[in-house]
Amino acid sequence: MALKIVKGSIDRMFDKNLQDLVRGIRNHKEDEAKYISTCIDEIKQELKQDNIAVKANAVCKLTYLQMLGYDVSWAAFNIVEVMSSSKFTYKRIGYLAASQCFHESTDVIMLTTNQIRKDLSSPNQYDTGVALTGLSCFVTPDLARDLANDIMTLMSHTKPYIRKKAVLIMYKVFLKYPESLRPAFPRLKEKLEDPDPGVQSAAVNVICELARRNPKNYLSLAPLFFKLMTSSTNNWVLIKIIKLFGALTPLEPRLGKKLIEPLTNLIHRIYLFFSQILHHLSAITLVCFSWLIAFLFFITVLISLSSGMPNHSASIQLCVQKLRILIEDSDQNLKYLGLLAMSKILKTHPKSVQSHKDLILQCLDDKDESIRLRALDLLYGMVSKKNLMEIVKKLMLHVDKAEGTTYRDELLTKIIDICSQSNYQYITNFEWYISILVELTRLEGTRHGHLIASQMLDVAIRVKAIRVFAVAQMATLLDNAHMLTGNTQRNGICEVLYAAAWICGEFSEHLENPMETLEAMLRPKVATLPGHIQAVYVQNAAKLFATVLKSQEGNTDSTTAQEASQLMIDRLPLFVQSANLEVQERASCILQLVKYIQKLQQKDVEVSEEVCALFAGELNPVAPKAQKKVPIPDGLDLDAWINEPPSESESEDEQPKAIFSKEEPKHSRPRHTEVDEKELARRREARKQEQANNPFYIKASPSSQKVYQETPGVEHIPVVQIDLSVPLKVPGLPMSDQYVKLEEERRQKERAEKKKKDKKKRKEKRSGRGKKHDSGPESEEDITPAHMVDIVTEEMPENALPSDDDERDPADPHKALDIDLDKPLADSEKLPVRSHRAAEVLKSPAEDEEGENVSSLEPKKKSSKEKREKKKDKDKDRKVKMLFESGLSETWERRLISVMLTFIFLFYSFDRKAYDIQGNLQDGSQVVVSVIFENKCDSFLKSMEFNVLDSLNSKLQRPEGSGPHDSLTIPFQLPPGVSNEARFVFTVQSIIMPQKLKGTLTFIVKNEESSTHEKLDFKLHFTCTSYLITTPCYSDAFAKLLESGDLKSSSIRLEGVNMPFHHLLARICFHHHFSVVERIDSCASMYSRSIQGHHVCLLVKISSQTVSVDAKCDEPTLLGNVLDEIKQTFSQC
Amino acid sequence: MQFMLLFSRQGKLRLQKWYVPLSDKEKKKITRELVQTVLARKPKMCSFLEWRDLKIVYKRYASLYFCCATEGQDNELITLEIIHRYVELLDKYFGSVCELDIIFNFEKAYFILDEFLLGGEAQETSKKNVLKAIEQADLLQENEMGLFYALLAAVSTLN
Repeated sequence: MALKIVKGSIDRMFDKNLQDLVRGIRNHKEDEAKYISTCIDEIKQELKQDNIAVKANAVCKLTYLQMLGYDVSWAAFNIVEVMSSSKFTYKRIGYLAASQCFHESTDVIMLTTNQIRKDLSSPNQYDTGVALTGLSCFVTPDLARDLANDIMTLMSHTKPYIRKKAVLIMYKVFLKYPESLRPAFPRLKEKLEDPDPGVQSAAVNVICELARRNPKNYLSLAPLFFKLMTSSTNNWVLIKIIKLFGALTPLEPRLGKKLIEPLTNLIHRIYLFFSQILHHLSAITLVCFSWLIAFLFFITVLISLSSGMPNHSASIQLCVQKLRILIEDSDQNLKYLGLLAMSKILKTHPKSVQSHKDLILQCLDDKDESIRLRALDLLYGMVSKKNLMEIVKKLMLHVDKAEGTTYRDELLTKIIDICSQSNYQYITNFEWYISILVELTRLEGTRHGHLIASQMLDVAIRVKAIRVFAVAQMATLLDNAHMLTGNTQRNGICEVLYAAAWICGEFSEHLENPMETLEAMLRPKVATLPGHIQAVYVQNAAKLFATVLKSQEGNTDSTTAQEASQLMIDRLPLFVQSANLEVQERASCILQLVKYIQKLQQKDVEVSEEVCALFAGELNPVAPKAQKKVPIPDGLDLDAWINEPPSESESEDEQPKAIFSKEEPKHSRPRHTEVDEKELARRREARKQEQANNPFYIKASPSSQKVYQETPGVEHIPVVQIDLSVPLKVPGLPMSDQYVKLEEERRQKERAEKKKKDKKKRKEKRSGRGKKHDSGPESEEDITPAHMVDIVTEEMPENALPSDDDERDPADPHKALDIDLDKPLADSEKLPVRSHRAAEVLKSPAEDEEGENVSSLEPKKKSSKEKREKKKDKDKDRKVKMLFESGLSETWERRLISVMLTFIFLFYSFDRKAYDIQGNLQDGSQVVVSVIFENKCDSFLKSMEFNVLDSLNSKLQRPEGSGPHDSLTIPFQLPPGVSNEARFVFTVQSIIMPQKLKGTLTFIVKNEESSTHEKLDFKLHFTCTSYLITTPCYSDAFAKLLESGDLKSSSIRLEGVNMPFHHLLARICFHHHFSVVERIDSCASMYSRSIQGHHVCLLVKISSQTVSVDAKCDEPTLLGNVLDEIKQTFSQC
Repeated sequence: MQFMLLFSRQGKLRLQKWYVPLSDKEKKKITRELVQTVLARKPKMCSFLEWRDLKIVYKRYASLYFCCATEGQDNELITLEIIHRYVELLDKYFGSVCELDIIFNFEKAYFILDEFLLGGEAQETSKKNVLKAIEQADLLQENEMGLFYALLAAVSTLN
C-alpha cells in the first residue's frame, strides 16, 4: 500500500520534467501558446500536491516559462514554499526561481525574511551561498534592513566561499538601506586584507563601486589601496584599484605624483592581461595592439592624475598620434576603443585632439552607429569659433543622409548642443544659427520639435540684435505652417510653431508686414494644432493686433485698422469653440476686447495706446533655477500656518460651496477693457512701487536695460529665393550655406584689414608679436562676431543662495551613500538585530555606564589575571546584559582594555508552522546566543576563545570530535574600536527554571611592543521568559485551551503600577514575549508559548493602580518563574 | 553590470539575469528592443553599443549572442572578458557547450553564472574555483537524491 503511494507520486513527478517541457515546446512550433497553456494547467495541478519534489519540478518549469515571457507571478507563494525546503536540491531551484521572478513589488517577499535568515545561518555553506545569490537579485529595502546584520556577520564566516558572497552582497544592501553603510564599513575595510584573494577582490570591488560615486569619503583609504596595488597579483583587482585612483586623484593631487612609479611598474602586467582579452576578442593579429590598449588605459588614468603635472602634454601628444593608428584600423572594436580613449583625452587636452578633426569627421561616415555616436561626442568638444560652421555644415549633410530616426534625432540634438554650448560661445553669426534652426524644422518625424523651439526662443530673447532677423524668419515659417503640419505623423515638429508665433507676437514691432502675419496666424487650419500651440497663437494674435493699431495711428485712413479688427472678429469665434479650455478662455476674452475696440474705432476714438499698454514691458530671461535660489528672508517660516488649519469636518462642509463658486458666470471676464487710462496708469505706478518694495520681485538687471544699438547686419539678408525644385525646403527662407559664404568673406576682409594694421605695427615696432599672426591661419581671438552681439545672461534673484549641489539627480541611489565614513560610530547607528525583537536590543549599555567604569578601573593591582566583574543588573530588560572589563597589567600604562559583551538571547523561532511537530521539538531544545564583542581598547585583539562550563541542563554545542570542556574559537579578530557578533548554540533540556552559566573568554591583546594573553570571566543568565516565543492566538482557540482543564493556575498582584493600561500590556508583550488575544476595557487576555510547546495564558486586570495577573500554564514551575520575572519588571519601573 | 542576456540568432531568449530589480513588463520591453538592435547589427561591426544610458557589450559565439549591459564607467574590455570567461566555464562544465545544452539544462547555466557573478560583479576570477563550487553543490544534490534514485529503481523493478 505504502509502496503504491510512493509509486503514484513518483509517476506523477515524471509526468513531465523540464526536459520534456522544452522538447514539447520545440515540437509544437505552430501552436506554442496553446501547448504552453496546457502545460501551465498541468503545473497548477502539480503545485497543489504535497510532494515537494513535484512542486520543485513545477517551479523549475515555471522559471523556464517566465524566461519565454509568460506571467508566473501567480506562483510566487509556491516558489517561497520550494525555497523553504530543507533539501538543497529543491532550495536551489526555489531560490533560482525567486531570483528570476521576484521584484520589489512582489508582496510575498515579506514572507521570506525568516527563511532567508535561517538559510544564511545554515551549517551547510551551499545553503548559505544559494540564499545570498538569490538575495542579491531581489533584495528590497525591508529585506536589507532586516538582514543587514546577518549578512554582516557572514562577512566574518570561516569559509571564504561565504565571506566572498557576503561582502559582495553588502553593496546591494548599502544601496537599499544606506544606514547600514557606516556600521558595516569597518568590517568591509578589514576584508581588504583578507587572506583569501577572492574575498579581498570582492571587498575591493565593493569599495571601488562605492568610492567611484562619492570619492571624497574614501580618500583616507588611499594608503591602503596603494599597498594593495603594489602587492596584489590579481589583474581584475588591479584594474579596479587603478580606476579608483583615477577618481581619487582629482581630489588629492599629491596622490598623482606618488602613483606614477608603481603604475609604470604595472604596465607590463596590464599589457599581458589586455593582450589575453584581445586574443579572445577575435583575431591573433589584434594582440599586436594590446600594448596600445594597455597604454591607453594608463593614459586615461594618467590624465586624471595629470592635474599635478603640467609637462605631460608631450606624452599625451604621442598617445593621440598612436590612437590615430588604432582608429584607422579596420577592426571596429579597436576603432571604438580608440575613439573612446580620445574623448577622455579631449576633456583635459582639447588642443591635442583637435588636429585630428579630419579623422573624426571621417568616422561620421562609418556604417556602425556606435562608431558614429562616439565620433559625434568627440565633435562636441572639438568645435571652435573657427570651425563651428564647417562642422555643423558637415553634420547637416549627415542629417539629410541619415537613415533611421534615432540616429537623425541624435544628430539634431548634437548640432544644437554643439552650437549652444557654453552660452553660445562659438557662434559668431547668429543669423546663420537661426537659419540652421529653420532648416532643421524640415526634418521628418523628429521628436525634438520642442528642443528647436526652445532654442529659437532662447536666441530671440537673449540676443537682441538678432530679433529683426528672427522675426522675419519666423513670419515666413508661420506663413508656411502648412509645410510643417501637413503630415500628422510629423506632429513633433509643429512645436516650432509655438516658438514662431510667440516671437512674431512679442517682437511684432520688427515685423515688416504685421497684417499678413496676423492673417497667417488666424487661418482655420490653425485649429488642428495642439491646444497649447493654439493658445499661444491666439494670445500673440492679440499682440499683433495691437501692433497693427499702433502702426496705423496718426493715419487718417483708418481702414487697415478696421480691417484688422474685422479679421479678428471674423476668425476668433473658431477658437472660442475650441475644446481646449486655455484656448477657449483666451479667445473669448480677446474677442470681447476686440469687439469693444471696434466700437470705439467706429466712433473715431484713438485706442492704440491703451491696447498696446496691455502688452507693454520687456520680458527678461529668467534662469531656470532662479525660483529655487530666492533666499528665504529672516523670520519667515514657510511651514507655519497662515490661518489655523481647518478641522476635518469643516472642510467637508465647505466643499460644495467651493465647487459652486467655481462655476461663476463667464461674462464678467473682460473687465480690463472697462478700466480707463488714468486708472491703468495709477495701477501701474502702484505696482512699480510695490515691486520696488517687494524683495521677491525679480528686477531687471542693469545690463538688460542697456539700449542696444541696431546693427546694420540686416542688410545681409539676401533676396528671397523660391526654390520649387526642392519641395521640402520651406520656400522663401535663406539657406544657412549662404551665411557660411558671407561669413567667410567677412572674415577674409577682416583678416586683410588686420594684416594691414599689423604691417603698420610691425613697421613701427620691429619686434612685435607679429610672429603669432604670421605662423598660421587666424587664431581664435582674431575672429570677431559679425554683429556686436550681446548675449543677455539669464536672471537670478538678488543675493541668490550659492549652491552647487543641485547638479545631482535626487533619484540617484548613490546620493544616499554619500556618508562620512571616518566619523566614529554612534551607538544608535548599529544595525538592527532580528527585527522582530525590537531594535532596542542594540542600545548597548556602554553609553550610560562608561563614565563610571573608567573611573572605577583606574586603580588596579598588577596581576593581569585579576579580573573584576561588574554586573549591572538590568533585569528589567528581558535580555540579560552584562558588562565586563578586563583588568590591565601596569605595563600598559593604564590604557584601558575593555571588552564589552552584550549577550542577547535570541531563539530560532522559524518553525511557527504547527504542523511540523518533529522539527519543532528539535528546535525546542536549542537556544542561540548572539554575542556582540566590542573592542574598546586601542590594541588589536585576536585568537579569542569562548568557553562555558556546561551544567547538567544546558550545554554549549561544540563541533564534533571536541571534548566537553574545549573552548570555541571565535572566527574573527577585533581591531581597535570594532565590534562583531558571534553566535553560540546551546542545548537546553529543561526550560522551566532560570539558569546561570559561568564562562570564560580568553584572547590575545596585541600592540606594537608586545602581546599578552588575557582572560575574562562572565556569567550567562537564561531567564524563563527568554524561552517564550511570541505566538499569536485566536480568541476561540484561547477559550478552548482554557476550557480543556489541563492548565494549572497561579496569580500575582502588582501594586502601585502607575501607567496606562495599554502601556502595561505593551510592556508585557515586549519584555516577556506575549501577544494580546483580546482586550475588553481594563481587562485583557494574553498568550505565549515556550520553545518546548508549553502554553502560557494570562488574564490581566487593572483597577486603580493595582494589577492582578491570573495565569494558567501546563507547567506550574515555568509559570511561577515567568510570573516572578514579570513582577520584577514592574517593580523596577 | 545591470543585466545579462543570452539569445539565439532568431531572437529567442535563452537566459536572462537581472541585477537590477525591474518589473516583468520593463524587462520584456528592454529585452525586445535590445535583441532587435543587436540582431540588426552586421557581423563586422564593433561589440559595443550605447543604448539608452547603458553601455551594451555583446559577442556572438556560434549561434548564441551573449549580451551584457553595464553602466557607462565600466571597462568595455573587462566586460568582454567576463562574457568570454562565462563561455569558457560553460564549455568546461558541459564539455564543448552548444546551444542545446543551455536550453535543456538552463538551471545549470544559471547556477554557473551565479557562482561567477554576484549582484553584477565578478565574484570569482578563478575558473577552477567556480567549477569546484559547482561540482561540490552538484555532489551534495546527488547525495540528497541518492535515496530517491534507489526508490526509483525499486519502482521500475516492480513494474
